[in-house]
Amino acid sequence: MSLLQIRNLTLSINGTAILHDVSVDIAPGEVVAITGESGSGKSMTALATMQLLPDGAETTGQIVLSGQDVTQLGEAAMCGLRGNAVGMVFQEPMTALNPVQTIGAQVAETVRLHRPDLDPMARAAEVLTRVGLPPGKIPLSRYPHELSGGQRQRVVIAIAIACGPKLLIADEPTTALDVTTQAQILDLLKQLASEDGMGLMMITHDLAVVAQMADRIAVMQHGHVVEAGDTPVLLADPQHPYTKALFAASNHRVILPETHQDAPLLRVQNVVRDYALPRTTLFKAPGTMRAVNDVSFDIPKGARIGLVGESGCGKSTLTRAILGLEPVQSGTITLGGEPVFSAGRPNLAVRRRMQVVFQDPYGSFNPRHRVARLITEPFHLLESKPSATERADRVAEALIAVGLSPADAQKYPHQFSGGQRQRIAIARALIIRPELIVFDEAVSALDVSVRAQILDLIAALCGQYNLTYLFISHDLSVVRTITDHVLVMKSGEIVEQGPTEDVFTTARHPYTQTLIAAAPTLPERMHHA
Amino acid sequence: MLRYTLKRLLSLLISLAIASLVIFAVIEVAPGDPASFMLGMNAQEDTLAALRAELGLDQSKFQRYLTWVTGMMQGDFGTSYQYRTPVAGMIADRLWVSLPLALYALLLSTAIAFPAGIYAAARRGKPGDMGVMGATQLGVAIPNFWFAMMLVLIFAINLRWFSAGGFTGWDKGVFAALKSLTLPAIALALPQAAILARVMRSALLDVLGEDFMRTARAKGLSRGQALRRHGLRNAMIPVLTILGLQFSFLLAGGIIIEQVFYLPGLGRLIFQSISARDLIVVESVTMLLVFAVIMVNFAVDLAYAAVDPRLRART
Repeated sequence: MSLLQIRNLTLSINGTAILHDVSVDIAPGEVVAITGESGSGKSMTALATMQLLPDGAETTGQIVLSGQDVTQLGEAAMCGLRGNAVGMVFQEPMTALNPVQTIGAQVAETVRLHRPDLDPMARAAEVLTRVGLPPGKIPLSRYPHELSGGQRQRVVIAIAIACGPKLLIADEPTTALDVTTQAQILDLLKQLASEDGMGLMMITHDLAVVAQMADRIAVMQHGHVVEAGDTPVLLADPQHPYTKALFAASNHRVILPETHQDAPLLRVQNVVRDYALPRTTLFKAPGTMRAVNDVSFDIPKGARIGLVGESGCGKSTLTRAILGLEPVQSGTITLGGEPVFSAGRPNLAVRRRMQVVFQDPYGSFNPRHRVARLITEPFHLLESKPSATERADRVAEALIAVGLSPADAQKYPHQFSGGQRQRIAIARALIIRPELIVFDEAVSALDVSVRAQILDLIAALCGQYNLTYLFISHDLSVVRTITDHVLVMKSGEIVEQGPTEDVFTTARHPYTQTLIAAAPTLPERMHHA
Repeated sequence: MLRYTLKRLLSLLISLAIASLVIFAVIEVAPGDPASFMLGMNAQEDTLAALRAELGLDQSKFQRYLTWVTGMMQGDFGTSYQYRTPVAGMIADRLWVSLPLALYALLLSTAIAFPAGIYAAARRGKPGDMGVMGATQLGVAIPNFWFAMMLVLIFAINLRWFSAGGFTGWDKGVFAALKSLTLPAIALALPQAAILARVMRSALLDVLGEDFMRTARAKGLSRGQALRRHGLRNAMIPVLTILGLQFSFLLAGGIIIEQVFYLPGLGRLIFQSISARDLIVVESVTMLLVFAVIMVNFAVDLAYAAVDPRLRART
């Protein structure tokens, strides 16, 4: 007997078809993963089950939850089910909780709503203990901003399971979390499902997470379930071409061209970066927080260096210091012998020799500028500006180099997809032929298939331009393939560095070992799919 | 929370000190000698000098500033050049009209704006929302003195429920006094309510798009419950900001309304004192208004912290 049966679910929002004939079953205690790239309809399937679809949504088909078709239920009846028979966990733990209410009050509210027989606060304490936040350590009177991301996600899970639901829906529950936190949250979800006999609908784009968690998998593309089956079977022998492509892209390996490394280009020596903490008393000097502590490394010309570490480890601070955006308290950072920051401001002579590609391909462009203007922005760093014809040639060359066409120069950013925008960002970085490129989480926001293409592009550009780059990422599998040397950072210090393959196969530092062990991976045989 | 309060208090004192200096300096450089203004064109030079000495105008600027500030701290605002009566008494009389009027108008404006804003936000894009938004558009566009005249026309002249103007005074009883402030308060409140309702609506709509509202719905709260329990308090910060600004405006900005209804309020006092070069009154009333504005901001800051625990933690 299935707990949840979605039968031929079709959904359109304001006339646009989103889901086509989606059918998914979940049995009690079973973990079913719905996976696919952005826009595949996986989140909408979850929201349809909760009947929390946006205005203008129309559905046909059935969603039967323990014998009741929720598509036929009225809003009042749905309010009785939500949070009671079915709980939901969301992607962004940082914003999923009400910032002005205590965590105890937020968990207790669900109990008060559905279980008048229980003492709400006592039950809240009980569930919070269950998810690993015992009131002895984390009092119920805490506010969300006083908790870490992982702890907040535990609170969200506590809210979802407070009334003992039969079905738990988790929509990308660990995407915003660090790998070690992710591992803990995934363990918790799995444990809850097996101990309480809850069905777990797990929405995620991360196939490695799917492989580790799910009993069964449904792969979605453009609103269709293209393939579904038991996890081991589907992993071993995917049938649908899209599934195969998705697995291949997830494990995409690039071949970096050989490079000869000579003299150090970027030298980071004993760098210390302190931040002033807010003043606590009026007359005492404010305290400081050491974000980067005595960090030293060299990047030789032609090297492809990775920098990995979890949020708060100091990698962003270090990046800003390398780009000369902020002064350091001690130590030196030089590019080709020249300091990146001098006389209280970024050294322009050095800035024109390095460029950066950021994470968010949507937020990092001015939407009112054409591509030609966007990618020629680094020209203002140059002493002699190129002539108009030279400019046009350079734009065309940069666009061709990143796989776009010269005609794209006249378009606006919104006319491109996320992957194409990231290509534009790379073209912008390339256009003044910098000696060093900093990729700051440059592929983290992209779908796996697009990510694979961008990684291929970077590898190809390495051959073409003999790039030197620093690739900053929290994603170990990406760093493993796109760099030949890696730095591991923790609490402001570089705890381990060495050739990438060596570090990944024989990590020496316990932290590196933890990090690698926590990162979910696809089973080995899939690497050759 | 205590630290936050103390910090706000310190910034309040600094603001007051700076404001008093600026007001004093501006009045000093303004042209016009009060002594010659009081005695007329044909005054004798020695009479003028005597009057200047009596008014303290012959002292150094620094000394006059000190006298003014220390006097104010003890409730002595000096003597009006024009009426030769203590300024403190004049201000107190007027304050008994302006302060209740401002509070009355603020209360009305909040009572209209909150339900209207919440209603519109809950029915975003539906006819109810459009109705409220259309009404507030009118409220923002139409000046308050037009409302004042319409109110007089309808409720005083045609229906004869209220008197057309004047203030009975508090000695005739609270009810009578409030009654004579009712029409002016409504005229002041309507445009303010229109602005406040729009702010309330847009603040709520911003909050409705937040992730935690989705969490609230996933808990099983209905739209209305989620809005009331999780939306309202989060939407309060921008609303409190506007409320603070509006109170400051209402205290002195009612000058036109005071004229329309013949109310002896602060606005009229300032207007008359400026015309008569009664600088000491202008100075004192301005300082008092600045003081009120700064106090209101202080109260708003404390209200922010009461609403949002993150602000309490930050300091």
